[in-house]
Amino acid sequence: MTLALSANGAGNKRMQKSDLTSARIRSAWLFLSPMLIVLAVVAGWPLLRTIWLGFTDANLTDLSQTTFIGLENYYVTFDGEAYGVLVDPDWWNAVWNTLWFTVVSVSLETIFGLFIALVLNAEFKGRGFVRAAVLIPWAIPTVVSAQMWGWMLHDQFGVLNEILLTIGLISQPIAWTADPDTAMWAVIMVDVWKTTPFMALLILAGLQMLPGDIYEAARVDGVHPVRVFFKVTLPLIKPALMVAIVFRALDALRIFDLIYVLTSNSSDTMSMSVYARQQLVDFQEVGYGSAAATLLFLIVAVMTTLTLMAGNVKLSEDPR
Amino acid sequence: MADVTLKGVYKDFGPTRVIHGVDLDIKQGEFIVFVGPSGCGKSTLLRLIAGLEDISDGELFIDEQLVNQRSPKERKIAMVFQSYALYPHMSVFENMAFGLELSKVSRAEIEKKVRDTAEILELTPLLERKPKQLSGGQRQRVAIGRAIVRNPKVFLFDEPLSNLDAALRVQMRIEIAKLHREMNATMVYVTHDQTEAMTLADRIVVLNAGRVEQVGTPLELYHRPQNAFVGGFIGSPKMNFIDSRVVSIQDQGLEVALPGGTSVLASVHTDGVSVGDQVQIGIRPEHITVGSEGVLAGNVEVIESLGESHFLYVRDANRNLVTVQGKGDTQIKNGQSVRLNVPGTLCHVFRKDGKALMRGHNADMGNSTATMVTSELA
Repeated sequence: MTLALSANGAGNKRMQKSDLTSARIRSAWLFLSPMLIVLAVVAGWPLLRTIWLGFTDANLTDLSQTTFIGLENYYVTFDGEAYGVLVDPDWWNAVWNTLWFTVVSVSLETIFGLFIALVLNAEFKGRGFVRAAVLIPWAIPTVVSAQMWGWMLHDQFGVLNEILLTIGLISQPIAWTADPDTAMWAVIMVDVWKTTPFMALLILAGLQMLPGDIYEAARVDGVHPVRVFFKVTLPLIKPALMVAIVFRALDALRIFDLIYVLTSNSSDTMSMSVYARQQLVDFQEVGYGSAAATLLFLIVAVMTTLTLMAGNVKLSEDPR
Repeated sequence: MADVTLKGVYKDFGPTRVIHGVDLDIKQGEFIVFVGPSGCGKSTLLRLIAGLEDISDGELFIDEQLVNQRSPKERKIAMVFQSYALYPHMSVFENMAFGLELSKVSRAEIEKKVRDTAEILELTPLLERKPKQLSGGQRQRVAIGRAIVRNPKVFLFDEPLSNLDAALRVQMRIEIAKLHREMNATMVYVTHDQTEAMTLADRIVVLNAGRVEQVGTPLELYHRPQNAFVGGFIGSPKMNFIDSRVVSIQDQGLEVALPGGTSVLASVHTDGVSVGDQVQIGIRPEHITVGSEGVLAGNVEVIESLGESHFLYVRDANRNLVTVQGKGDTQIKNGQSVRLNVPGTLCHVFRKDGKALMRGHNADMGNSTATMVTSELA
């Protein structure tokens, strides 16, 4: 292109694309189109339809009888009383639950993941085996592992109560998933168990990008390993850590399967996704449920944008 | 500043022995260069001194103290790495100050030390920059500065210039030499570049396969290599080796056969060899001249002209290539037959086991005189 320009010399030909360039653009679109079509069909269309349904009074009993009702699913006043998702305390409970779950589980996963990644990054015999073994919880389908934990956490027959009773830490069985005090923590524990390996793997990738020589330089300088970790390792893996945290946080915000299998529709643990499903399927309120799903989408989208913006700022500060 | 002494130092990596009993005395203020081909163990030896690797057997003394079990910090050494090893997220100032911050040095003192060092190395305008905003030469200066601020007993350099381009390498070489003179510090420097070794070193340690082949001043190694390896390694272009045998033993030296049925009288001590022994003649390209009365005949295969000098690659009667270095331009053409003068006073003779026969008293003589003597002999 540049060559063609200088050959042409004239400035008014700058806007014309050479044959080669337009051929390249055509083939680029050609290669992109299958993916764009698939995305439009499996992601774009359902999303648009959900947003549309959120503005209707659709009901699962007869989806053909839907009428547009505007924002009534979100907020409407009727006889001086407000109705809609935005004033539903159950919805806000679900929002709060989801945020709490996200913050706590992602924080714990980051700390444990970092720790495991540091261990896996060290040279020791059988490292390959341990790396593979650590990944097992993540490789098991969520529904399977959630059910497995459901049994282990069972109030009467669960192995966890059995162990704790035998050791004498508790005097009577605890209904881990049913007790309001423990239900959310049970969910968080299982999620941490399941997703820490994913965090560890992403952080490990970041750790392995670090140049080894600066650690030798630090050794020669006699800098304490703990100080090296906070002053050298942590700042250098921050970009990788940010990516891992963003990934996990977005995942956690739309948590559904784990909570649904472990605690069903319990309000103590109900997440935004579980709330939307309950409206859609159990109460057959497709319109209302779609409105909740749309709100969930908006919240995740806003969070994504915010984190990416924050992440960008930090990335540009990074010296590398 | 301190002496460094190695006594029978061994290093094993698992079952593989990489350093085979190195004995070495480095005096305070000396500039020692470890040189050798890749994999000869020169970097490993440096890392043993640094304390980045454990010594498997033997003793290492720094400042007359046994330091085998001491950490790098306790050995009071500083190291400059090939890849600079700068902390990428810290500014030049922070890079230089990082190692100091733990010791009981006040903030103001650190600031002063770093600024003084930066002044010496002309880094003052760059102190707030990050390493990625610096050129290769500047990064290397920061790495050297980081070593200087710690005021170590011994400076260790691990191929510090090999990532720089040729021009910068020469410039940094001069700066390092200047620095050594000004600081009068003990420095141990690893390189595979023999020009660096020759120009920087007070003494060179030539290593091969984990063993010390020879220790000596640059000119000692050039004029009196103790074995064929050192002869071949020091000097550029490489010394020519000609397979030969002893024709006769005379008072002035050893008469050795040349390809094509001629011979040359090499001025070397004749102990331990007898007539008929297989030997190798070593003769440096810059010591061979082209002349009609030369003892070695051959065809010029390739000519390389560098302007200030030229190289002839001559195929001799034994089908071996002999390299000849001449000054300025040459009129000689490709394919031309030439005769080469091989001055006996400048010849090295190596026994079959690679050991050099000691050369005569005029071994260090200048090129021109030597050539004259040889023409007489020939």
